[in-house]
Amino acid sequence: MNAVIMGCGRVGARVAGLLDNTGNFVSVVDTDSRAFRRLPAGFGGETIIGTGIDEDVLRRAGIETADAFIAVTNGDNRNIMAAQVARLIFEVPEVICRIYDPVREDTYRRLGLTTVCPTTTISAIILDQVMRAVSEQGQSRGGAG
Amino acid sequence: MYIIVAGGGKVGYYLSQHLLAEGHEVLLIERNPERVLEINDVLGAVAIAGDAAEAGTLVAAGAPRADVVVAVTGEDEDNLVISQVAKAKFHVARTIARVNNPKNENLFRRLGVDVTVSQTNYILNLIEQAIPERSFVHLISFHEDLAIVDAKVSETSPVAHRAIAEIELPINTAITAIARGAKLIVPNPGTELLPGDDIIAVAHQDQEDELRRLLV
Repeated sequence: MNAVIMGCGRVGARVAGLLDNTGNFVSVVDTDSRAFRRLPAGFGGETIIGTGIDEDVLRRAGIETADAFIAVTNGDNRNIMAAQVARLIFEVPEVICRIYDPVREDTYRRLGLTTVCPTTTISAIILDQVMRAVSEQGQSRGGAG
Repeated sequence: MYIIVAGGGKVGYYLSQHLLAEGHEVLLIERNPERVLEINDVLGAVAIAGDAAEAGTLVAAGAPRADVVVAVTGEDEDNLVISQVAKAKFHVARTIARVNNPKNENLFRRLGVDVTVSQTNYILNLIEQAIPERSFVHLISFHEDLAIVDAKVSETSPVAHRAIAEIELPINTAITAIARGAKLIVPNPGTELLPGDDIIAVAHQDQEDELRRLLV
């Protein structure tokens, strides 16, 4: 599989490394060349400096033959715009877009984007852990008292 | 009309000032609180601080009753998302977005923005019109993929000295007016095209090149 990843932060670099390790071809796009230091040693894919909302930059990253496009910069709006370019202009079969703002995530999911919202996902996990801990504690305290 | 302007830079500021002077109800959303204070000092309490791409800000701004949302920040991705959220979530009837990178103009329209304004393209068109030897000028884009063009008939043009009825135009194009010197001619099938005529035509953007070859 060919994948283009926009944004080489912690998540982008990790996903790039994992995909690269499992025999896929990965291009990573970031505006800051220093971001590529996050990629694991021995990373075999390509790195492209530029903004993923520019069609020419995406072409250089090989989006025309990509099976997947993953937008994980820190900017919600940048991810949203790039994901729509990938889907509409380049017709990439699998487009995944990270959106931190839950309301915006809801809006664009309804508009048909495949979205990941770390805010709701992580909040749910934390809440689940807290509730479980509290109920266990409550039982033991209740048992002791 | 109730108009929400997103982005309090120079464009947003002068736009709001102008709209207020015309008697419209205007609310300006600007991310930088200091800039909001500056604007409110001059224009009165018209600006609020916030991120216009956030639904909460748009609710506070009264987006559900807005007639128009104009997104004129310096970032294309922000202008696109503000317009799309206004439309999808608040059903704002008309969205207008400034396009900083002229390459994005078409994309924005395909993504549902009603009107796009590209300063770069606008100035480029003005320059093209001001250069006399330019014989084929794209004047304006509208309705997603239609264009109005101005083609100057040259002495060697295949259509010079021919009547409109004899010309085989590309599909989806229409000659709508002819400017001959200071005279405006509304063409009919018998109108003869002369060298020096400016032909104003409406065309599908895909047909522009073919039209250029035919007329110039």
